[in-house]
Amino acid sequence: MPIRKIITFLAALSLAVTTALPAFAAGDVTLLNVSYDPTRELYQDVNTAFAQHWQKKTGQKVTVKQSHGGSGKQARAVIDGLDADVVTLALAYDIDAIADKGLIKPGWQKELPHNSSPYTSTIVFLVRKGNPKKIKNWDDLVKPGVSVITPNPKTSGGARWNYLAAWAFAKHQPGGNDTKAREFVQRLYKNVPVLDSGARGSTNTFVQRGLGDVLLAWENEAFLAINELGPDKFEIVTPSESILAEPPITIVDKVVDKKGTRKVAEEYLKFLYSDEGQKIAAKHYYRPTSKKVATKLAKVKLYTIDQVFGGWRSAQKTHFADGGVFDQITGATK
Amino acid sequence: MPAPTTTYTRKTPGGRRITEPALVRWGLTAIALAFLALFLALPLAAVFSQAFEKGFAVYLAAIREPDTLSSVKLTLITAAVAVPLNLVFGVMASWAIAKFSFPGKNLLITLIDLPFSVSPVISGLIYVLIFGRQGWLGPFLEAHDIRIVFAVPGIILATIFVTFPFIARELIPLMESQGKDEEEAALVLGASGLQTFFRVTFPNIKWGIIYGVILCNARAMGEFGAVSVVSGHIRGSTNTVPLHVEILYNEYNYTAAFAVASLLAFLALVTLMIKTIAEWKVREQLE
Amino acid sequence: MKFIKHNNVLPGFGPTMGYTLLYLSLIVLIPLSALVFKTAGLSWHDFISTVTEPRVLASYRITFGAALAAAGINAVFGVLVAWVLVRYPFPGRRLVDALVDLPFALPTAVAGITLATVYSANGWIGKHLEPHGIKVAFTPLGIIIAMTFIGLPFVVRTVQPVIEELDAEIEEAAACLGANRWQTFRRVLFPLLTPSVLTGFALAFARGVGEYGSIIFIAGNMPMVSEITPLIIITKLEQYDYQGATAVATVMLVASFLMLLVINLLQRWSRRYAG
Repeated sequence: MPIRKIITFLAALSLAVTTALPAFAAGDVTLLNVSYDPTRELYQDVNTAFAQHWQKKTGQKVTVKQSHGGSGKQARAVIDGLDADVVTLALAYDIDAIADKGLIKPGWQKELPHNSSPYTSTIVFLVRKGNPKKIKNWDDLVKPGVSVITPNPKTSGGARWNYLAAWAFAKHQPGGNDTKAREFVQRLYKNVPVLDSGARGSTNTFVQRGLGDVLLAWENEAFLAINELGPDKFEIVTPSESILAEPPITIVDKVVDKKGTRKVAEEYLKFLYSDEGQKIAAKHYYRPTSKKVATKLAKVKLYTIDQVFGGWRSAQKTHFADGGVFDQITGATK
Repeated sequence: MPAPTTTYTRKTPGGRRITEPALVRWGLTAIALAFLALFLALPLAAVFSQAFEKGFAVYLAAIREPDTLSSVKLTLITAAVAVPLNLVFGVMASWAIAKFSFPGKNLLITLIDLPFSVSPVISGLIYVLIFGRQGWLGPFLEAHDIRIVFAVPGIILATIFVTFPFIARELIPLMESQGKDEEEAALVLGASGLQTFFRVTFPNIKWGIIYGVILCNARAMGEFGAVSVVSGHIRGSTNTVPLHVEILYNEYNYTAAFAVASLLAFLALVTLMIKTIAEWKVREQLE
Repeated sequence: MKFIKHNNVLPGFGPTMGYTLLYLSLIVLIPLSALVFKTAGLSWHDFISTVTEPRVLASYRITFGAALAAAGINAVFGVLVAWVLVRYPFPGRRLVDALVDLPFALPTAVAGITLATVYSANGWIGKHLEPHGIKVAFTPLGIIIAMTFIGLPFVVRTVQPVIEELDAEIEEAAACLGANRWQTFRRVLFPLLTPSVLTGFALAFARGVGEYGSIIFIAGNMPMVSEITPLIIITKLEQYDYQGATAVATVMLVASFLMLLVINLLQRWSRRYAG
């Protein structure tokens, strides 16, 4: 009976497949770096460089695997069981959430220099070539007829930086206060036609669909978009002031202790602070924290989240939680 | 049965008397075709046109990239496990439901259909709630170093859930419509239960099985939402083809994204062709 | 139905039924119950206020409204397509027939990206609609388009076999009694098709309500305007609000279950109706 043979074959196949999966060569070590969306290109280079560095130092072969996605989604995956040795996310708030579940030791942000951020970035504007709407600064974004592309702050870490940068700008204007800032941000979001769920989705909307006059983006994303998609189509506008985005990195203590990868994971993070790591970050248009490494990026007046909003937890609670300011200004609350 | 219903007893349209005037006939045909062109053919053409935008060499390079190949491998493994399991279930369930009467049959059928209308977001989430580190079985799995979610087993489970009803719902109406006279006759003549199934029932339902397997397989390879929740997105190890398409797209690698997507569209077309042949055979068998 | 009711001599009810229930419980029921248990961590009051937030309510309106519209479009055009495919021979009919199943097989993310490509302001179709002030991509209209795409095969594939089974004699009899084609269709054929059209409609509707992958690429996702319920669930997860997410998910789950139960009863009714 051929059908019996088929069934036996299929059963054998599924068994073989499930048992053959976890096969690793001995002696080699594998790290998993769980990161957010815009760092794909950066870590591809970092991982290759680090593998050479580690092999030279110890003779051991290291493979760093990458996982990318929205910062919050990635943090949740680690909380729910994704075995990340290191996390390199968009905001400290997401790493705090992992720490709250006991996977990372409290006080992690003091373990490494510069608030555990080896490189920083900021929010800039990407406009169409020739800047037809004459967008120079944040207050140009709220003018009628200007269409602004930014992702949804409720689902995207990058979008939260955009929102807070706009808020900080309005607050720093002469006579600025929280009420004025709120009005400013509300007018800004009136000009937003689409809220994509992630930063890359917004870039695709702006670039591929041709929607909007200006895209609010991470500085490195803006440069990457220009390089990948054509310097003849877009240009970057740096506003007079912006927010200092510090994407933090840390080790997931529980995972490295279990896997026995603490040493190599720590070295990996330290490598990001080394001259070589800093040079790679600068090459990918991040702002290096080391004074020794030069950057071509324009000088901007930058504020930190702590200065303006008193830290991420408070910013998250006031602005982005359900019923918070963002829900209020978009009419999504009672 | 709420099923993408099969068309086993289709008669040739030529043998039927057409009573509408030619003008109405062509008018209606034109509207129907325009609708299908707008909603189905154009998107399909868009996939292939973008995939080949930069020429065949670029297309081939995109498909032969190691990460793409590993995603293809994972997708094939997933389908190779999920489809047979759902096939066994489908045959068992349809035998119990179609050949016997019992109270609560409607409820049972509804429960079998349920995964079909559950949002893919939810179907991924439920496995995280059970097998995740904070989930019911989390501490147990952690202690025994077993990984379900964010690894291959989780992807397979989510796929099984999403494709769960396909084969069963294909077979239940078919077996119901065939009744059980033939099986009863075989039993009276002294055949064993299994012999009866393989010699009598199976030949009657084999094209239905093929049809169900094809649809189930297509859906298993194409599922995005549920798998995205449980995958962990580790490049080169837990990305399926649909997830890889999204990643390529998000890397501004549009041509490659559509090239890999065209693999899936191509698979869909092959699937549909095999299905058409299957239907044709069924019709031949019935006539 | 040829289902004969007498004492059953067929073997294997016990094992097959046992296996069915076991597999069903392991794969579907137990995992889904996790959802309900997680929600149970909320008090009744919190549950109600979570699932009736204005933003969540707006998403129900958008999701169910768009799914209803899409299912309606599919009911009309799906019947037309099924009718044409069965009744009118034309070159390439087989191919078109096969194409109808495409939305079953094409991954939702690919469908979403492709639909956005075709219908955005600079896309193949979008650029012809834009000058007339019609915006499809990134508006609620985009949601309807995506739901129409994924729901189409359900209507066609449920109605098609019924049209094939229609008895030519009924139409001939109607014609003999002096009815014209339109009257025959409206008075004789339409009532015969109604149950299957309803089933197809309900299936397309249920599928549309749950859809996520293809819609987020084309919807625009503006709160209160084009934000679908599955996206609300994702948004809640993003804030580490698992209970809020499962609460909304439970509401959707109950809605889908009721929907399916109604479909199955409709089916039974339609079968009785068709004799």
